[in-house]
Amino acid sequence: MTPAARVGLYSDTIRQRWRKPRFRGELPGATAVAEDVNPLCGDRVRMMLRFDDDGAVAGVRFTGDSCAICTASADVTAELAEGRPAREAARVTTEDVLAILQADIRPTRMRCVTLPVTVLQKALQT
Amino acid sequence: MRLDERTRGDFPILERVVNGHRLVYLDSAASSQKPRTVLEAMTQYYETSHANVHRSIHTLGEEATALYEAARDRVQRFIGATAREEVVLTRGTTDGINLVAEALGRTLRAGDEILITELEHHSNIIPWQMAARDRGVTVRAIPVADDGLLDVGAFERLLGPRTRVVAFAHVSNVLGTITPVAQLCARARSVGAVTVVDGAQAAPHLPLDMLALGCDFYVFSGHKMLGPTGIGVLWGRRAALEALEPTRGGGEMIKEVWIDRARWNDLPWRFEPGTPPIAEAVGLTAAIEYLEKLGMERVAEHERALARQTVELLQAVAGVTVYGPRAAMDRGAVVAFSVDGLHAHDVAALLDQEGIAVRAGHHCAQPLMRRYGITGTARASFSVYNSSEDVSLLAHAVAGLRTQL
Repeated sequence: MTPAARVGLYSDTIRQRWRKPRFRGELPGATAVAEDVNPLCGDRVRMMLRFDDDGAVAGVRFTGDSCAICTASADVTAELAEGRPAREAARVTTEDVLAILQADIRPTRMRCVTLPVTVLQKALQT
Repeated sequence: MRLDERTRGDFPILERVVNGHRLVYLDSAASSQKPRTVLEAMTQYYETSHANVHRSIHTLGEEATALYEAARDRVQRFIGATAREEVVLTRGTTDGINLVAEALGRTLRAGDEILITELEHHSNIIPWQMAARDRGVTVRAIPVADDGLLDVGAFERLLGPRTRVVAFAHVSNVLGTITPVAQLCARARSVGAVTVVDGAQAAPHLPLDMLALGCDFYVFSGHKMLGPTGIGVLWGRRAALEALEPTRGGGEMIKEVWIDRARWNDLPWRFEPGTPPIAEAVGLTAAIEYLEKLGMERVAEHERALARQTVELLQAVAGVTVYGPRAAMDRGAVVAFSVDGLHAHDVAALLDQEGIAVRAGHHCAQPLMRRYGITGTARASFSVYNSSEDVSLLAHAVAGLRTQL
């Protein structure tokens, strides 16, 4: 395997977030929860949110059964949402996540990136 | 000469370099590659003989019809069918199962049961759910034991006077399990149930004899057996086919038409409305010719050896779990495996970086994944062009995976 190919497919960010996700786990007292499945691979992501009195996202955690790319995306998505007013958190996009992941995501794996973002949006609508 | 040495040069795509490596194609269970003879036969057909079939009274029409109908004869011989009328050309396995399920569904009544198995591909689950829906019909499944074999004892308990249909795969697309088709069909027949066998993973790899199997319907695809996409076969015992009311209408499937009614055509055309996949039929003929020249016994033996080697090598890698039957005789040309701490899609993506194509995910068999408590596996599958070296490359690459993520 060439070093260039390795960097392209799985960036250091993806590797680190896959090995040690910062936002993975349960969130006791979560008031907004959403979950969805990637029909292509069966991956499942659940996002749990807690809000403070001002309506800002005070806590985010995710659980699920997912590949390295999807796990890293969920972790970054959670990080981008945490601490923001709900309305702002709802504007987190796939592009924002991709900018942080810094990897050459192929079209066949793009759903791995988008799934956590759409689950976050669903949770914020509840 | 080894089989792969004989065949390798016939498959132009195998010359491809993928991510800087020679392509090692281990995804034939999803779709096989095509030998040059298949590609050339289809091109030649389009360049010299193409026209619509059956009612074109001109030279090209006659040639196209003869070529299309020759595919039927070739299939009949290949699967040991009694008559050419029993061979319906479809768009593929999914199409064939849907055709039978739709037609059989109309004959089902509340309280009837359809028996499938836990190891089915979604294409042999969903059509039966659809046939059962709104009719008060129940779909039940024969469980799979830990070793990947069907629980035949449970089958005996599930089978009863309410069982109207028994539908199952000849070879599992995940575990590779070869099911005891003749035994299951004989028992199903004893309670008056119709049997439907999904042969998608068997037709490319095992010698077939419809009479010995004893089923009512047998379905498979062209593209998994070195042929083109878009064509498949539904074989039905003549009486079983005659008992089916066609559910799809159009040209060619009728004898006479009035505004308010019609009289159906004879078998097999009754089930082939519209313009059929003619070039694909020509390609299927060439694919069968290719396989017959190699000999299906020899093909089966070659692939069994590859599967056995894969199981042995992968089991020796720390952190790798191999699924499915232990005995090589119980297993088709498929080996599913997982690597501790790695998601199946990451396994496939990392192997692709070394030019190795495997499938990963739930393999359209979610109930089976659930039964093993997993979301997916990686899967290596074989065809006539795979070599023992391909398997060694796979095992070597898998052994290096865990340090890469």
